[in-house]
Amino acid sequence: MSSNNAPRTATRRLLPKNLLNRGKMTDTSFLLTITITLFIAIYALAVIFLGDKGFGKIQMLFNLFNENSALIVIACGLSIVMVTGSIDISVGGSTALICTACIVCLNNYGFNFLTSLLLALAIGLTFGIVQGFLIAYIEIQPFIVTLAGMFLGRGLVALIEVNQIQVANKAFEALSGKRIEIPFLGDVNKKGIFIQSKLEYGVIVALIIVAIIFFLLKRTSLGRSFYAVGGNPQSALMLGINVRRTRFIAHVLCGLLAGIGGFLYLFHTRSGSVQQATGLEMDAIAASIIGGTLLTGGVGNIIGTLFGVLTSGTVLLIVTAIGSQDPWWPQITRAGMLCFFIILQSVICSRKKKTN
Amino acid sequence: MMSNQSSIRSGRPVQVIRAIVKHSLFIPCAFLIILILINLFINPGFLKITMGSDSNGNPVLIGNLINIMNNATELVILAIGMTFVTASSRGQDISVGATVAIAGGVVMRVLCGSETQPSTLHAPILVALLLGCLAGMACGAFNGFLVSKFNIQPMIATLILFTAGRSIASFAMGGLKPKAVESFGYYGNFIPGFPIPTPILITIVIIILTAIALRKTNLGLYTRAVGVNAQSSSMNGLNPAMIKFMTYIVLGFCVGIAGFIQSSRVQTVNPYTIVPSIEMDVILAVALGGNSLGGGKFNMTGSIVGAYTIQTLTSMLTTLNVNTNAVPVFKAAIIVVLVVIQAPVFKSFFKSRKDALKADSNKDKERDSYVVE
Repeated sequence: MSSNNAPRTATRRLLPKNLLNRGKMTDTSFLLTITITLFIAIYALAVIFLGDKGFGKIQMLFNLFNENSALIVIACGLSIVMVTGSIDISVGGSTALICTACIVCLNNYGFNFLTSLLLALAIGLTFGIVQGFLIAYIEIQPFIVTLAGMFLGRGLVALIEVNQIQVANKAFEALSGKRIEIPFLGDVNKKGIFIQSKLEYGVIVALIIVAIIFFLLKRTSLGRSFYAVGGNPQSALMLGINVRRTRFIAHVLCGLLAGIGGFLYLFHTRSGSVQQATGLEMDAIAASIIGGTLLTGGVGNIIGTLFGVLTSGTVLLIVTAIGSQDPWWPQITRAGMLCFFIILQSVICSRKKKTN
Repeated sequence: MMSNQSSIRSGRPVQVIRAIVKHSLFIPCAFLIILILINLFINPGFLKITMGSDSNGNPVLIGNLINIMNNATELVILAIGMTFVTASSRGQDISVGATVAIAGGVVMRVLCGSETQPSTLHAPILVALLLGCLAGMACGAFNGFLVSKFNIQPMIATLILFTAGRSIASFAMGGLKPKAVESFGYYGNFIPGFPIPTPILITIVIIILTAIALRKTNLGLYTRAVGVNAQSSSMNGLNPAMIKFMTYIVLGFCVGIAGFIQSSRVQTVNPYTIVPSIEMDVILAVALGGNSLGGGKFNMTGSIVGAYTIQTLTSMLTTLNVNTNAVPVFKAAIIVVLVVIQAPVFKSFFKSRKDALKADSNKDKERDSYVVE
């Protein structure tokens, strides 16, 4: 077939891999710059060309946050896992499970806000602990484990409740309907009345979590060990890092964040069904990838992930604003975006390998 | 097989049992037999096959076994393709369900055009089949290109179509849900006057084709070589990227056939609900067949037996009135158990314990066998 091609690929493979300490920070900041520029460019273009369809309003920017607060939290969890070189595609399933389980408990068993939050965290943590154990200590491919987790989550939803259900708990509904009014910011509507911009409480939670995870990854030894394990497990082991425990903790953290994210999702939508949050895992992975987290592990940034979520959210808003009535375009756009960024990443990585 | 015969000759039943247990088909076969026994316990007439007739008076075979074999068709065909993909690229294609929807959607679009209830077919069925297979192979080519050219993990690469596939299928059908004429249903049900369901015949043809391809061509050998060690296979003059790409094309062809059969079953396709969570079933069939999900060596017979086993499990759960959406719970549990058993860490943990026990009980006797091993 291509016998003359074979030796060259072989020698390329034998070259030493990207070592941990070389060029990592520039990598991160490079990808981060791309992401932030991209977001600003896309949003600016939307404001210029689609300003009359609502993009000119300040509330649109806040809506972007309102709609995506759950995704931001879940994507943070996925970024952590992806930095360690693993992956978790069960977050959509566990979100659906959290929504349905919490609604059933809220409606029928007299749960209040706090107990349902605890239930959500417990479900998320259970997923994280079991999957983390199987991946880190039994060394099973993360994809297989979390694929099983995804189907398990959705299947359990069907065992609890087959039909779509709504929250019928007055206190919970009242709480989730509350909005923060932002002072001095707002839009003038058609009648000339000034309406203040509104923000959901979930967004505040999401932003606090982003800040915590940012601090965790940048400033703590645990965060640094995530990068070390993802970059090169062998050398991380030689540095005295407990690789297995680090991987395990990453998955537990991801599960915990999926629990919080799932609860925020419930807080925002107030409904639950088997088909809920389909493709959420893909959105989260796509956001992480757009934000500059490498699939191979070792490189990633939470701020990038935040902007990744906002970028993909903006693109989806644009697709709906352009006015295509066909239900399939958002999903296809998402996948196209993911495809583009995966290929971009792969090209950047192979280029770097060549120059080294 | 060899070790099996030699141990029979030496006449030591323990060794015979050990040889059977060690055989690569032991797990899927044992699982299948256990499932059939449970089914017999639930329904004593489980194995009965009778000759009946359908609404038009044509003779048809009726029975649980026939149903299982009929319904397992898509699964078996996809498992064959997935085995190649798993072996060569050390990962699985999780987009098969979505791409079956695409292939089915293309078949329906070709046959029905833009009408919802056409009285005639708009194109010959052979053309629809070919275009369906082409659509499946195009999806396979897309996945294969990402995996082989860009070195992306198979599951990440196929995640793209996994999410977009069903929407693309809906797009391909123009948002309609057309219903084709009854004669198109021959390929998913019965040909009038012939009692065996057509899908079973198609399965047999595909299995024979696979067997010929594995015996007469280097497909199996090359796939194994690339999966075991891509680097050394490239030093031996193979092109690993090309072979990985080829296996995805093969899977794409299987997807096309499965999409055709699936659309023929009820002569319509709902892209969002067609073959729900079949990707899980297919991966489970491959794992159950004794194949390592980490690639390398593969056992095609195992995958096929595994596929039939999974279908038996599914129909058993349906008989027990488990909701269709809840069936994946059991399968997810089984796949985790299977993969844990396969995991090297788990194996070495138990081996070391067993060895320690043996060493304690009779040190001298076992030492010889260690040397042999």
